[in-house]
Amino acid sequence: MLGRRRFLAGLAVPAISSLSPASSFAAKVWQPPELPEGAIEEGGLERIAGKVPLIKRSFRPPNFETPLDYFRDPITRNDAFFVRYHLSGIPEVDAKTWRLKIGGDAARTPLEYDLPRLRKEFESVDLVAVCQCSGNRRGMFQPHVPGVEWGVGAMGNARWTGVRLRDVLQKAGVGDNAVEIAFNGADMPAIQGTPDFKKSLPVPRALDDTTLIAFEMNGKPLPHWNGFPARLIVGGWTGTYWMKHLTEIEIRSKPLSEFWMTPAYRIPAGLFPTVDHFPTQETAANQPITDIVVNSLVTSIHDGQRVTRGQMVDVAGVAWDGGRGIRDVEVSTDGGSSWVLAQLGKDLGRLSFRTFMHKFRVAAGDAPVVMVRAINQRGDVQSPKLILNPAGYHHNVIPRIRLEVA
Amino acid sequence: MRIVHGIALSICALAAGVVLAGEEKIQLKEGPGVDKVRANCVSCHSLDYVLGNSPFLDDKGWDAEVKKMINAFKAPIKPEDAAPIAEYLARYYGKR
Repeated sequence: MLGRRRFLAGLAVPAISSLSPASSFAAKVWQPPELPEGAIEEGGLERIAGKVPLIKRSFRPPNFETPLDYFRDPITRNDAFFVRYHLSGIPEVDAKTWRLKIGGDAARTPLEYDLPRLRKEFESVDLVAVCQCSGNRRGMFQPHVPGVEWGVGAMGNARWTGVRLRDVLQKAGVGDNAVEIAFNGADMPAIQGTPDFKKSLPVPRALDDTTLIAFEMNGKPLPHWNGFPARLIVGGWTGTYWMKHLTEIEIRSKPLSEFWMTPAYRIPAGLFPTVDHFPTQETAANQPITDIVVNSLVTSIHDGQRVTRGQMVDVAGVAWDGGRGIRDVEVSTDGGSSWVLAQLGKDLGRLSFRTFMHKFRVAAGDAPVVMVRAINQRGDVQSPKLILNPAGYHHNVIPRIRLEVA
Repeated sequence: MRIVHGIALSICALAAGVVLAGEEKIQLKEGPGVDKVRANCVSCHSLDYVLGNSPFLDDKGWDAEVKKMINAFKAPIKPEDAAPIAEYLARYYGKR
């Protein structure tokens, strides 16, 4: 079964380098062969307003994934940046009438801002940070778990411009009894009764200077699909906290206990021992997903790619983690027997993608199996094998990329 | 938590309408129960959610998905329709 799928996937796209996402191959695009057959069949390139053709995971609510080629750049283009919604009621927000309310039972002074005042009253800051969906690579879980069957592209890296959430919260006054800061956006359920998408953060995380209310992405206003006119940036934590079309901030004396906090977006307690804690949300059984685990993506070659004897092969891609920063990327071309350090590209900050590159020559009689593992500044390494969890989060398995020598 | 929707926002035509342009291409397999799937599931999401999640869920897995839609997402599915929907999904989009 797997063999057949891999064969079909190989037919669709003989080599990544020949693939331009906007080319006449439009309906076909490289996808990880591990995905469910149905996800591969449905996952053609589709165009939505303001975006290049992206890999469609669902039309409604819109879930669209960035094709692999775009990750060759450390900064992801706005028009190629992935799109993820939980709910299909998505208003086009008018910046002129948009308001942000800050209140809650632990706020000293409730406030309301329009866009010009919010931008004027607080210091403007820039931050390069990876936004990665918690379920990125869910479709590569074996056995499969239900959900949006993402491949590798439910993520992106951008330079975000906005104001610090901390500055805004301090203006409203965070009461001594505050335990969480909650967020709501303008999107809404299709039917009455479906839980609205709301999220919360622990107070220290909300006050961290890498938590922003952003208005711009790569120097341009946020695209509609990425949260226009303002979204939350929670550098290092997974995309679920990065509320789009932000309209309301609540300083709370009690934990938020609605569907999207619990039971949704949970990982089994202690299964990933190094992730950040969220004390007010943890139970004996589980904890919220928090920071991104160390990971990498090879963009230059894929499993089953043909190479020739004597050819120089690039092993290039990007590495990232939850904010400790990438220390090393190691490459093996012999299936894990020996490892060498890849050359790292420019450091755009500890929350950013970091590019890496290693070149090797395919020797006579070789059947290269390329493996890549990123290591962060704390010493966390990508996982040698899949850590199963019910929702399919934190897939950071070291890949085995087999090259076929012609 | 009292969170008001941005009623003050000018809510134009749903942007999701732009996306719907491709949704009509999605074809479910014909079979007993398909009418109930079409009638119920599309009120909240496009049917590619079914295709993308196939073929790996067993009978229990599809039954759990239907129950999640009813219990967690409050899908207004008539009690007598839940079983035929789950059976259709397991039969046509279930584990092989």
